[in-house]
Amino acid sequence: MSDLTNTDYLEYLLKSLSIKSTESLSWLNQLRAQAIDRVSTQKLPTRRDEEWRFTDISPLTHLPYQPSKLECNLHAHDIEHLTLKEAKNRLVFVDGHYSQDLSTISDSAALVIGNLPAFVATHASILESHVGQYVQFDNNVFAALNTAFLRDGALIIVPKDIAISEPIHLLFIATQNEVTSYPRCLLIGEAGSNVTLIEDYVALQQATYITNSVTEISLAANAHAKHIRIQRESAQAFHLANCGVSLAHASNYQSVSISLGSHISRYNLDVRLTDEAAECVIDGLTLISDRQLADTHTCIDHMKPKGTSRQQHKCIVNDAAHAVFNGKIIVRPHAQRTNSSQSSRNLLLSKTAQVDTKPQLEIFADDVKCAHGATVGQLDEEEIFYLESRGLSPEVARNLLTFAFGAEIISRIPVSSLRQQLEQAVLNQTQSS
Amino acid sequence: MIDENSRTILSVQGLRASISGTEILKGIDLTVKSGEIHAIMGLNGSGKSTFAKVLAGHSAYEITGGSIQFEGNDLLKLPPEERARAGLFLAFQYPIEIPGVANTQFLRLAYNTVQTKRGKEELDPLEFDDFVREKMKLLDMKADFLDRSVNEGFSGGEKKRNEILQMALLEPKLSILDETDSGLDIDALKIVANGVNQIANNNNATILVTHYQRLLDYIVPDFVHVMQAGRIVMTGGKELALELETRGYDWVNVDKSVAGIIA
Repeated sequence: MSDLTNTDYLEYLLKSLSIKSTESLSWLNQLRAQAIDRVSTQKLPTRRDEEWRFTDISPLTHLPYQPSKLECNLHAHDIEHLTLKEAKNRLVFVDGHYSQDLSTISDSAALVIGNLPAFVATHASILESHVGQYVQFDNNVFAALNTAFLRDGALIIVPKDIAISEPIHLLFIATQNEVTSYPRCLLIGEAGSNVTLIEDYVALQQATYITNSVTEISLAANAHAKHIRIQRESAQAFHLANCGVSLAHASNYQSVSISLGSHISRYNLDVRLTDEAAECVIDGLTLISDRQLADTHTCIDHMKPKGTSRQQHKCIVNDAAHAVFNGKIIVRPHAQRTNSSQSSRNLLLSKTAQVDTKPQLEIFADDVKCAHGATVGQLDEEEIFYLESRGLSPEVARNLLTFAFGAEIISRIPVSSLRQQLEQAVLNQTQSS
Repeated sequence: MIDENSRTILSVQGLRASISGTEILKGIDLTVKSGEIHAIMGLNGSGKSTFAKVLAGHSAYEITGGSIQFEGNDLLKLPPEERARAGLFLAFQYPIEIPGVANTQFLRLAYNTVQTKRGKEELDPLEFDDFVREKMKLLDMKADFLDRSVNEGFSGGEKKRNEILQMALLEPKLSILDETDSGLDIDALKIVANGVNQIANNNNATILVTHYQRLLDYIVPDFVHVMQAGRIVMTGGKELALELETRGYDWVNVDKSVAGIIA
């Protein structure tokens, strides 16, 4: 494939797409048709777009990868090392396609869990009222592409007042080279429910591919959800992800997102506190090296009074890697007594590492507390001295502090086997001798 | 305790040190022998905390003159970690917080590092747990102290107790306590002082760096030194601290002649 111009690229992608009238429910076809329409009127973003000014996505135009094929040759033992012993429910998607053989569902009586197509007929009205509602694609070409290619995905509905104590593991495994997969997740937490969801993107080999994912989460009144998102794709992969969260009255959303993989990755997280007294805690860790680029854009939108948000984002950047964090906090005119804090801390481990961090506060109410701060730098010499004074060598002191910098975020993941895997990943990537 | 036959642990002679070209220590002489407790008192800016950091090997300070012998060896040749392994301990005025690392992991790492360098056996996590819990009794510390991140969210008193716990674990020959009393209420002060008193013995020595006499009600020094403008201007017994408490540091200025005689 020779190089394509920006517009050609999107056209080329759409060529492969046709909506068959025989396909189920018209609302889904309509949504996809709208998305296709939106794709055809948009362009790939460039660095001239404010939302993309730090991230050059143009290498994508060289990779007009077609949707992945449904060809899963994996067996249970191939993914054993990726499973989490705490998770009794595991949905496995291979290159975006659901694999029933690799998945384990043990709570089908307590909750609705499975892949989207299985519920399109039985849960049409609820799906219609949620799919595409929290991640808008009008001005987001990647979300539009994902929606246009929407074929499969994960669906979880936690019924009213049901608490699921074990985490639910959504495992997205990349196996094919030079393809695009379009994972899709929808989590609906009904009133008073409680669930922990792990969204986990992994690769079995160092392939070049594109993951374009969309996750939508809706929490009704007093619902609680913990959302753990692990991006550990191949180092040659492109990962473009959008997550939209809608929080109703006094609901509580806690998110920990960890970005380790991909050549270029972009994660947009939009959280809307649509009713009073909603709470969210948003934690992020980016750990990259070589020439990786990882861009995290978050938006926390306080739409109603008495909402609380706390956000901490950290980046550990080595070699010539480049991390971006843009954290927007909106407090709407009527969202009085909002309490919001944001911290962005960045650790540069080499002279050529780069971080762009941008807090962006848009506050239109007057009775609010909004604290924010950002730091970029090396390890603190006073902290190193403290550890040396306890007998540790300078190398061990630096390694410990670097590890701790990442481990602080990882420690908030409520799944111990996953915590251990990630702590090991931090050790592997940060420890020098 | 003063004993004619005790050995010299620390010998400082004519020590001068600067930071960013500004001289802070302007010729300090001090000898500390085993079994002794010394208090170094002085106003803020007198150089007493700098002296503590220089002893521990802080790299921000440049040594511009004088010498420090630690058990007969040239301390200034050693980087901070080797000073710690040789048996010098500094309890920090502001201990750092390390979120993400459990206190027990940190304590065991420090303990095992120092043990190994002293040619002794390491302890595995279970053995260490027994060992550290025993030491924690000295300081009336709760068990959850071990599982929490290092100093994260600790109260002022808890941080200082954690410093003294490290001191108990590392068994230093010379402990330097930098303003350990600052920010402590009276109960915490008693606990910390009790811990220090139990660790002090005939084979080690302690230097208390403090602004106030209060700590010295609970840890009774053998010597009190008054620092001013980077020098020790007066030395006396424990009664000197009381004198300072009632008459203030200005009295030292007035009585420079007295200072000269005593020192």
